[in-house]
Amino acid sequence: MSRFTIPQEAKAQGIIDGLYGDLSRRLQSKPIGICPVDVARSFVEVCHSQSCGKCTPCRIGLGKLSDLLERVLDGDADETTLTLIEQTADVIYLSADCAIGYEAANIVRRALGSFRDEFEAHLRGECLGRFGHPVPCVSLCPANVDIPGYIGLVRDRRYADAIRLIRRDNPFPAVCALICEHPCESHCRRRLIDDAVNIRGLKRMAVDNAGQVPVPARAEATGKKVAVVGGGPAGLTAAYYLALMGHGVTVYEKLDKLGGMLRYGIPSYRLPRETLDEEINTILSAGVEVKTGVAIGKDVTLQELRDTHDAVYIAIGAHTDNKLGIEGENGKGVISAVELLRGIGDGAMPDFTGKNVIIIGGGNVAMDCTRSSMRLGAKTVTCVYRRRKADMTALPEEVEGAIAEGCEIMELAAPHSIELDANGNVTGLIVKEQMISNISRGRPAPVNADAPLKRLKADIIIVAIGQAIESTHFAEYGVETRRDRIVAGADTVVKNQDGLFSGGDCVTGPATAIRAIAAGKAAAASIDTYLGFHHEIGVDVEIPAPPVDPQPPCGRIDLSERPAEERRADFRLMELPMTEQQAAQECARCLRCDFAGYGALKGGRTWKW
Amino acid sequence: MEMVTLTIDGRRVTAPAGTTIVEAAREAGIPIPTLCYMKELNEIGACRVCVVEIEGVDRLAAACNTVAEEGMVIYTNSPKVRKARKINVELLLSAHDARCPTCVRSGNCSLQTLANDLNIIGDTYEPTPEKAAPSGGFPLIRDASKCIKCMRCVQVCDKVQSLSVWEVKNTGGRTTVGVKNGKKLWETDCSLCGQCITHCPVGALRVRDDTDKIYEKLADPDVITVLQIAPAVRAAWAESLGLTKEEATEKRMVAAAKALGFNYVFDTDFAADLTIMEEGSEFLHRLQTGGTLPLMTSCCPGWVRFLKSQYPALTPHLSTAKSPQQMFGAVTKSWFAEKIGADPHKIFCVSVMPCTAKKHEVAIPVMNDACGDPDVDLSITTREFARMLRADHVDVKGLPEAEFDRPLGEATGAGVIFGATGGVMEAALRSAYYLVTGKNPDADAFKDVRGLDGWKEMTYDVAGTPVRVAVASGLGNARKLIEAVLSGEAHYDFIEVMACPGGCAGGGGQPIHDGAECAGERGQTLYELDKNMPLRFSHENPEVLKLYEEYLEKPLSHRAHELLHTDHDAWKMP
Repeated sequence: MSRFTIPQEAKAQGIIDGLYGDLSRRLQSKPIGICPVDVARSFVEVCHSQSCGKCTPCRIGLGKLSDLLERVLDGDADETTLTLIEQTADVIYLSADCAIGYEAANIVRRALGSFRDEFEAHLRGECLGRFGHPVPCVSLCPANVDIPGYIGLVRDRRYADAIRLIRRDNPFPAVCALICEHPCESHCRRRLIDDAVNIRGLKRMAVDNAGQVPVPARAEATGKKVAVVGGGPAGLTAAYYLALMGHGVTVYEKLDKLGGMLRYGIPSYRLPRETLDEEINTILSAGVEVKTGVAIGKDVTLQELRDTHDAVYIAIGAHTDNKLGIEGENGKGVISAVELLRGIGDGAMPDFTGKNVIIIGGGNVAMDCTRSSMRLGAKTVTCVYRRRKADMTALPEEVEGAIAEGCEIMELAAPHSIELDANGNVTGLIVKEQMISNISRGRPAPVNADAPLKRLKADIIIVAIGQAIESTHFAEYGVETRRDRIVAGADTVVKNQDGLFSGGDCVTGPATAIRAIAAGKAAAASIDTYLGFHHEIGVDVEIPAPPVDPQPPCGRIDLSERPAEERRADFRLMELPMTEQQAAQECARCLRCDFAGYGALKGGRTWKW
Repeated sequence: MEMVTLTIDGRRVTAPAGTTIVEAAREAGIPIPTLCYMKELNEIGACRVCVVEIEGVDRLAAACNTVAEEGMVIYTNSPKVRKARKINVELLLSAHDARCPTCVRSGNCSLQTLANDLNIIGDTYEPTPEKAAPSGGFPLIRDASKCIKCMRCVQVCDKVQSLSVWEVKNTGGRTTVGVKNGKKLWETDCSLCGQCITHCPVGALRVRDDTDKIYEKLADPDVITVLQIAPAVRAAWAESLGLTKEEATEKRMVAAAKALGFNYVFDTDFAADLTIMEEGSEFLHRLQTGGTLPLMTSCCPGWVRFLKSQYPALTPHLSTAKSPQQMFGAVTKSWFAEKIGADPHKIFCVSVMPCTAKKHEVAIPVMNDACGDPDVDLSITTREFARMLRADHVDVKGLPEAEFDRPLGEATGAGVIFGATGGVMEAALRSAYYLVTGKNPDADAFKDVRGLDGWKEMTYDVAGTPVRVAVASGLGNARKLIEAVLSGEAHYDFIEVMACPGGCAGGGGQPIHDGAECAGERGQTLYELDKNMPLRFSHENPEVLKLYEEYLEKPLSHRAHELLHTDHDAWKMP
């Protein structure tokens, strides 16, 4: 036997490595509503299996922890058991030799610290865990769109029915087909087998092939008047459903055109203006009145609106920009993301030809500005971010797309100051090199590196470090705000304000279109109830039965984009749709959880809301 | 030497740089409790009982393998430490068969003491000890249900004895200690040195208890019971009985043994002297006739097992002389039986040994040269002997001293020092000198072979012939020595090896004191006895001389060969 040999992988290890991968995919599919105590127990068992067994706390302690949790789950425990669990976990954390032990103990420490009520329920013999919705993608869609339903319809090429089904919960199928962040895919049960179904891609298949689909008939007029402040996705969704319910709805929009951030935040290469306009017109066809160019607080007061309407829904979004607070920020050539994208949204394209453009920020808006700058003819486009590329909050495909188009991502660089010439024009950005460091509140925080300042040449600097909310007027009226955000419940009701509702970005801070749409849907339901009605929104579409045998393990079809060289030069839609062949396979990958598992028990769907 | 200064429990402590916290604290009079720790051998931080709080560090650190640094502020009794220490012991107890009353280590168990010190009453966690496997009748028994996975046995067998019989098995919550390569213990190269037993902090490793068989024989009026007591036993026999060193005399040991009811209480030292006559003569014979050299001693059955399993080709180097224990049995069941006119088959010969391997040695099938019965019927350890005294509620302290019976109770100082490393060599040299020159050397002429060094070597001039001798104790040291001989780096004529570090005084059958290595002190006791003996040369033992005169004729005679020598090839290691 040689004293050193090339490591050979044991047969079992190879298989187990694969199973680890399978299990991590399974864990990522994380069904919603599972008893968290049971989940924590099973995690502890996994951790225990990873113990080398050298040390007492890990070798014995984790086993005892899992036994004690088992007793809690069996209803065979009392407060003293919880105390013992707590103490045991503390001691494993404090005295285990390595992370296998102390991080395992942290699972239980965090669980007990944050959802002790779930443990206590078991002491009484109850379990608070329960599948909130039988279908994971539906439960993860903020608007609860019937995803397996429309995938079944797309599979049967009943595209118009698919659109009608989607519109029952979301009046923006075309918009969402292009720009939704698709939280539905994150817990897709298909991940247990291979990967999530490309749900958004299939929605686009429906949209592209459905043709004109008229909106459903309005209910009988109620004679009630509702004012919707803000013509973005949150406002228009509420307006759409309220109109269908028979209420008289007027949308007040400060800017010239409707759409909110869909128009003034998302560049047309991701969402063509024609698609947006068409979708908005369809929504308005439900019977929505519109007043554009009316700013509440300036042209009309909230009080006046409230006095003239039975209910008011505030959905003003988050449209002002955050400031960097560094020297030179007021120089000529420093523009905010909101300013740039608003201009583009109104068709006013600035000319960046030959210019060196720097974008500051790491979110999706920063990526929109980065990629737009390239399309506006910039000589160089650099996105400067103070954390690492991996820490950017922008979707990874957006970052990769920008890089493919020739933009540069400069990570670990914090803006220090903006260099101006004698005339106040931007000439450069001074950055301070950063080092990624300790994780605080779940994210690694950057700290200043021991390195000299660096100068980056710049003619244009776009600041994309988040948006704020212009809520002063509403606060003066008496609406409660917290850090500029309007305070409203999950039902959009504004506390202590009769007939006032609010939702969307102005409540949550800058978020996604689908969350704004969900807020609009909730507002419609709450306002309808407030007005004394109970109109139900449903759709009469028969859902096809699932295939007997879904696709065997199979790769996910990702949507491709037009070639980078081509797309970087224009603002036309860059993403390509699926082919029929691709869509057929992707549809067959859907496990149709509406007909399987808990879905079979609970009927798989809610027919109306 | 670079020193560091730190604060432990508010006390300023200075220690050499590189010292662990546990040692720095111990030096400063703060004994941090430990379970798995063995200085330099097992600093693995496994039990997590020695955890301490270091100011500015959230989690606790194991004092046994964290180095004390300049300026550290350490607390050994902070709320965090108290909680962790207690819960970790409670966790260990939950994986331990804590039926203490029926445990051989009850009253001498570090876990029991610690649990009691920590005021642990009852079971905090449901007890789920590992299941114990059958012992197969082997003298070394591992009870998995008591094992606390401190890994000391693994380390002692690896690092001290170089045999690596034990290894860490399994993973996760099922991690345990097992026999290497999935073998049964009795299928391994285990030397039966018993060092794993004496380093076990609990009762997970023990020697097979054979005392019940003795009671059976003591109760039978037709059986003549003969007890022999090994040299090293007298230095340790009363350690667990609460006697001072002054009270625990050799003669009181004899009185205690007699109180148990044996018909004869003899001294293995007698047979040690006899061994010197045979082995010393064998050495001179080999030296003078060009026989196989170096000669290696054969008194230690642990060493014989080691050599036979690790270096079987070297077996011819072993002295053919039996060990003192076996010579004693052979003489008892021949010459002594004749002398008292008894049927040797009716003699039941028991030995008290500081050893666990002696239980194997008595059972070697060819060790039956006197009358066809085993030379020695049963071997018990010093610990079993002490337990018999307790079982018979013998008030040892109050016993008047007594003399060994004659003739096999006569001994010299040379026989006594067999119990310490180097003792056999020294005794052999004393007599070899005489056998060659016809004159006694100064009795202390060869005392340089004493001491606890694992590998000692000397060259002595014996009547103009330089004799190169080496002494090793501990099988790891023995392996180094043998490798050096095999590679030609070292050249010796005579080699003494004892399997246990420090020799029989530190034997695997001796009383256990967790954390203390007692071989040195016990060896010292033996050297003191030697110094005060009227006779210090084996060849002057009058009863040995009488044995030759009446029965054996002379060393290496035909009869001596039949009774006192053995064929080491007549049995095999697994």
